[in-house]
Amino acid sequence: MDILNALVAFANFVFVPAMAYGAQLALGALGVTLIYGILRFSNFAHGDTMAFGTMCTILVTWGLQSWGISAGPLPTALLALPIGIAMTGLFLVATDRTVYRFYRRTRAAPVILTMVSLGVMFVMNGLVRFIIGVEDIGFADGARFVVNARDFRDATGLEEGLAIRSTQVITVVVTAIAVALLFWFLNRTRTGKSMRAFSDNEDLALLSGINPERVVMVTWLIVAALATTAGVLYGLDKSFKAFTYFQLLLPIFAAAVVGGFGSPIGAVAGGFVIAFSEVGVTYAWKKVAGYALPEGLQPDGLGQLLSTDYKFAVSFAILVVVLLFRPTGLFRGKSV
Amino acid sequence: MMRNVLLFALMAALFVITGLTQSWNVALTILNMGVVSAIMALGVNMQWGYAGLFNIGVMGFVALGGLAVVLTSTAPVEGAMLAGGWGVLGAIGVGIAVLVAAVTAWRRMKRGRGLAVLVIVVAGFFAFRAIFDPAVAGIEAINPTVQGNIGGLGLPVLLAWPVGGVLAALAAWAIGKTALGLRSDYLAIATLGIAEIVLAVMRNEEWLGRGVKNVIGLPRPVPYEVDLQQNAGFLKWATGYGFDPVTASSIVVKLCYLGLLGAVLAIVMLLAELALHSPWGRMMRAIRDNEVAAGAMGKNVKARHLQVFIIGSAVLGIAGAMMTTLDSQLTPSSYQPLRYTFLIWVMVIVGGSGNNWGAMLGGFLIWWLWVMVEPIGTGVLSAITAPMSDGWLKAHLQEGAAHMRLLTMGVILLVVLRFSPRGIIPQR
Repeated sequence: MDILNALVAFANFVFVPAMAYGAQLALGALGVTLIYGILRFSNFAHGDTMAFGTMCTILVTWGLQSWGISAGPLPTALLALPIGIAMTGLFLVATDRTVYRFYRRTRAAPVILTMVSLGVMFVMNGLVRFIIGVEDIGFADGARFVVNARDFRDATGLEEGLAIRSTQVITVVVTAIAVALLFWFLNRTRTGKSMRAFSDNEDLALLSGINPERVVMVTWLIVAALATTAGVLYGLDKSFKAFTYFQLLLPIFAAAVVGGFGSPIGAVAGGFVIAFSEVGVTYAWKKVAGYALPEGLQPDGLGQLLSTDYKFAVSFAILVVVLLFRPTGLFRGKSV
Repeated sequence: MMRNVLLFALMAALFVITGLTQSWNVALTILNMGVVSAIMALGVNMQWGYAGLFNIGVMGFVALGGLAVVLTSTAPVEGAMLAGGWGVLGAIGVGIAVLVAAVTAWRRMKRGRGLAVLVIVVAGFFAFRAIFDPAVAGIEAINPTVQGNIGGLGLPVLLAWPVGGVLAALAAWAIGKTALGLRSDYLAIATLGIAEIVLAVMRNEEWLGRGVKNVIGLPRPVPYEVDLQQNAGFLKWATGYGFDPVTASSIVVKLCYLGLLGAVLAIVMLLAELALHSPWGRMMRAIRDNEVAAGAMGKNVKARHLQVFIIGSAVLGIAGAMMTTLDSQLTPSSYQPLRYTFLIWVMVIVGGSGNNWGAMLGGFLIWWLWVMVEPIGTGVLSAITAPMSDGWLKAHLQEGAAHMRLLTMGVILLVVLRFSPRGIIPQR
């Protein structure tokens, strides 16, 4: 029995990684859910939007690095992030003008818009592969650790070390700022309120003089900011690879559905639900159980419920359970 | 009618031109895969065109068909059943029993059923793992460099095609039961998920189909080129017409495949057309166009959706098994959603959703383009980069030509959806 070491091992291998991953998913799910709330379709191009935004940021990061500009202990990519967001925002608004606006005008069925988003996905995917290639790209620089495993051990005298990477801290902090800004915007500003009104009841919002084109444009800009931030944080934490970003679609959608499609607070909650279940189910609990359980009760095997290759199965299983028992999600999203 | 015949004639001309300018071998390779693509497009067309169901897990059903080939046609691995085969079957039986028990508990019990279901599922999971893990270890220990899997039944490979359909239909039943009847996007997300999971299982469960170690040298329904080249009768026939025996043998093999694949395409097409023009087909379209009205007329919308979803997925499974037979290898890592899900969708939309002939034409046309865009893209880019001085940009552009096909397909899809949403051969 060694509760302290068990807690440290739990924090090191489960809590900290799941927090960072959950924050990334939450940002991604917020983008998907906003599009669903305002434009009323499931945007399957979202994973590739994240990849596109990250690509722009990486290119700017390389530019900054070659001029010798850096952010000290922080990754240079954070300096490049605003420019990446602006580039992605321009691209998304241009996509809306050339592609999506036509279907809005003709009041096409949501499923047609979803299909159109598949076409956009193809184009974005092709562009990203064409411009930056398909290889794994690591672009994190600056300090690697906030808390180093060995220093932690030396300082506390515990057997287990706790390592917290700076990218994980940055992810959580940036996400907290982004979510706070978003909720402030949606609840306190005139534009944000008009967006919520538009999402609740389109006809009523139009009658009260809200300009739909403006609402849609602002939505795309916010989505660009959220998607790029999510993508860059994920890339800093792990690495950038176009195909991985496409695969993030499933956990992101699962997070949005779990929270309630169309509900921003639900998207954030859903992101963490998915991340903690995924990490919890695929983590080998042997070490933690070895400390926490009394002698004799300790497991022989790895204590791993599912191999990490099945992490998608976790988001999928949660998705199915939610669909079966509570299709509107935890926070009562829209269910058309 | 004349227009459609003309369109198909043009398509045939494209293949003839490919044969004349490149080689007949290349043209036949593209054509064979085009036939498989056309069957896949017919399957998606049943789901989307007849019923408006949005399935973006095509890849998963296709991969299940491929798995069926391994499980049906490869020779049984000696001792695998004893080492763990029965254990695996038993574990799967336990898993199914647990699910049935959980569903029954949920339906029958009044109070505390949530807790009961949770207990059943958790306990069942551990029981499953307790039987499953040692069985798998036993199977994977057998001759791991070339086998290490459960092997197949050693049946003729053609039998694997219907088996692939059955496997895909079972998966479709499970997914349809949960996601149909909810909003249309939910089916899309659920199918996206099931496809990823099917592929994850195929990559990682080495006892099943050797995972990423691949199964090569699957049995073929047609003779091998090498055997033909050593066959005196064939040599005499080939030299009698003045053919080169090596080229002739590979063309003959491809023609044999074409006959088999074409026969399946003809059967699927015939059944699809008959179904579409039967009262059943009219009902499906009525449901697609207005679910509420069809429901008010007494049609069971959810059951019909489930039915057509299963049928369409079975067709995808058959096509997947045919494709794996054509390649005579199963390589789980080669299944990519952009190629096996979204490309099929482009075929259906471009060809004309709701029209079987359109979907079929789309299958041939888009597959031909998919193969041809790469050399064309390389040509265009090298023409553009020719006057440039050698350097980073030139190398990068030429390297990027391989990715032009995704871009092209996306643009084609967007243009068709915008300017001709009903496709080349629209639904009548």
